[in-house]
Amino acid sequence: MLRAEGVSKAFGGVQALRDCTVEVEQGTIAGLIGPNGSGKTTLFNIVTGYERVGGGEVYLGDRKITNLLPQRVFAAGIGRTFQLTRIFPRLTVMENMLVATQHTGSRRTRNPLARAGGRADRRRAAEVLEFTGIAGHSDALADTLSYGQRKLLELSYVLVADPAIVLLDEPAGGVNPSLIQHIADRIRELNAAGKTFLIVEHNMDFVMGLCGQVTVLDYGTVVAAGPPEIIRSDPRVLDAYLGIAEEDDDADAG
Amino acid sequence: MSKPVRTGGRAGGILAVFAVLAVFPLVLQNATVTTIAVDTLIFGAAAVAWNIFSGYSGYISLGHAVFFGTGAYTVGIAARAWQLTGDAVFALLPLAAAVAAGLAVPLGLIALRVRRHTFVVITIAFFFIAQLTATNLSVTGGSSGILAPSPNWDAATFNNPFYYTALALLAVTIAMSWLIRGSRFGLQLRAIRDDEDRAAGLGVRAMPVKLAAFVISAIVTGMAGGLWFYFIGQAIPQFAFDPLFDLSVVVMAFFGGLGTIWGPLLGALLIEPAQQWLTLQYTNEYLSEILLGALFLVVILGLPRGVIPTGAEKIAMLRARLRSARETAAAGGPERQRADPVREAGAPGAPARDTGASAREAGP
Repeated sequence: MLRAEGVSKAFGGVQALRDCTVEVEQGTIAGLIGPNGSGKTTLFNIVTGYERVGGGEVYLGDRKITNLLPQRVFAAGIGRTFQLTRIFPRLTVMENMLVATQHTGSRRTRNPLARAGGRADRRRAAEVLEFTGIAGHSDALADTLSYGQRKLLELSYVLVADPAIVLLDEPAGGVNPSLIQHIADRIRELNAAGKTFLIVEHNMDFVMGLCGQVTVLDYGTVVAAGPPEIIRSDPRVLDAYLGIAEEDDDADAG
Repeated sequence: MSKPVRTGGRAGGILAVFAVLAVFPLVLQNATVTTIAVDTLIFGAAAVAWNIFSGYSGYISLGHAVFFGTGAYTVGIAARAWQLTGDAVFALLPLAAAVAAGLAVPLGLIALRVRRHTFVVITIAFFFIAQLTATNLSVTGGSSGILAPSPNWDAATFNNPFYYTALALLAVTIAMSWLIRGSRFGLQLRAIRDDEDRAAGLGVRAMPVKLAAFVISAIVTGMAGGLWFYFIGQAIPQFAFDPLFDLSVVVMAFFGGLGTIWGPLLGALLIEPAQQWLTLQYTNEYLSEILLGALFLVVILGLPRGVIPTGAEKIAMLRARLRSARETAAAGGPERQRADPVREAGAPGAPARDTGASAREAGP
């Protein structure tokens, strides 16, 4: 369904991605793992139009989406969250949700001066907030949410747009264990209903427990791909993770 | 069911304010007072218009004097060319709007490619280009500028046509600001203000949205400039394209509340009469400018979000405190909350709290 084919990207002298091929099948939960700086977020940025590719192509189904602008990638059916959660702090939670519903709706409701969020959009947004568990904060300014609630809000407004595939960048990063479980349950439920996911995550239990297929990046290249049980024992993966564990730093570009 | 009552109360309040403004020059016929009133309404419209773009989108323009001056010169040149006078000159205001809009499109396409400080600097550059152009062209009358036709209206009610035209412009601009703020377009603008790249990733086409707001804002500013020119009686480059114009509308919007509907108007209603009064009272014309600068510092340092948001927040906090005090008294102690993963999800962030108070802060 989503296919990044031979994607390369360099930032100055640093080769962030090198001939990287990642594929996600429809209806699956795929994982993308790798040490810090291995190119995971760069790949997300390229797929979602936030970075231009240096080489290679990106396809959604049969459609080539290489180098489309972020708004076009989103309209094509790819929604994403960010590693450092990005919400609209001075909008209410409901308004955050409505931003993501702007591109939907009939021509009449696309009237720019029509009131933001028709009844159907608001109802749908309220349902999604109920599902993720932050419906009680619907009228609050997003700025006042806690870190974990912001993660849920970002997930919520991506979901309300009903994209064909959802890319999650570290959904479990920096949140407490009970919320991690809450997020994992929501992803499983959505996947059972047919939603496709690609997840970047450092929490191995989270990735291995959720994903049917895992791709491992190291220094911008794919070093392994397969089901979690194979990946878990792959020596190249162990080497990539354990080898870097001692020299790991905080400069997380991955 | 308090919402309809509150909405009804608000609509009643707005009607009452406009009713007072409508009879104002009939009751107070002192020419000095009505002159200050006309200036205030013109600046009110300009401040509300500036806020439609800068307040909602977060792109702070310091070059709106370009549109103000363009409106002034458009009315001046057209009135001279077509030898219009009296009420007919007011009919040139849509032309001023059209010329300002026509100028705003290319300027917006250039300036809106960059953000924050770079955007501000580019708008200032536009301002200087406009002022120098007006000084050096013969059609604008060079450094001596253009004189407005002087209508032969009765001295006692001379200011009234200006007053009511300015009031109508202000009312329409506020209605536009209100309509835009609650619309899809307004939501997209405010999303751009908060995080433009994230908004793009949710389907918002930022450039057309920003440009539309810039042009709408320029249209009103151009009309305000045209009206101001006719009222003042002349346009010369350093006053038609005046850096103090931008400083004034910015202070008005920041003082009342950036990005709110009523904030810029409140700012204009307080600051413009004060400035005019100071200028009249103390012949030193720089005093009001020094005080305007000082007020700007006080607002930025002490009330960065403006009077209306801060006031609304304080009132809401007071109400919430009273309500919780009542509830605590009724329940005989603080209510315990059920354990819930989402509520506890506050790893590095602040804990969840009742935010009804601050949610209203962004409102008008």
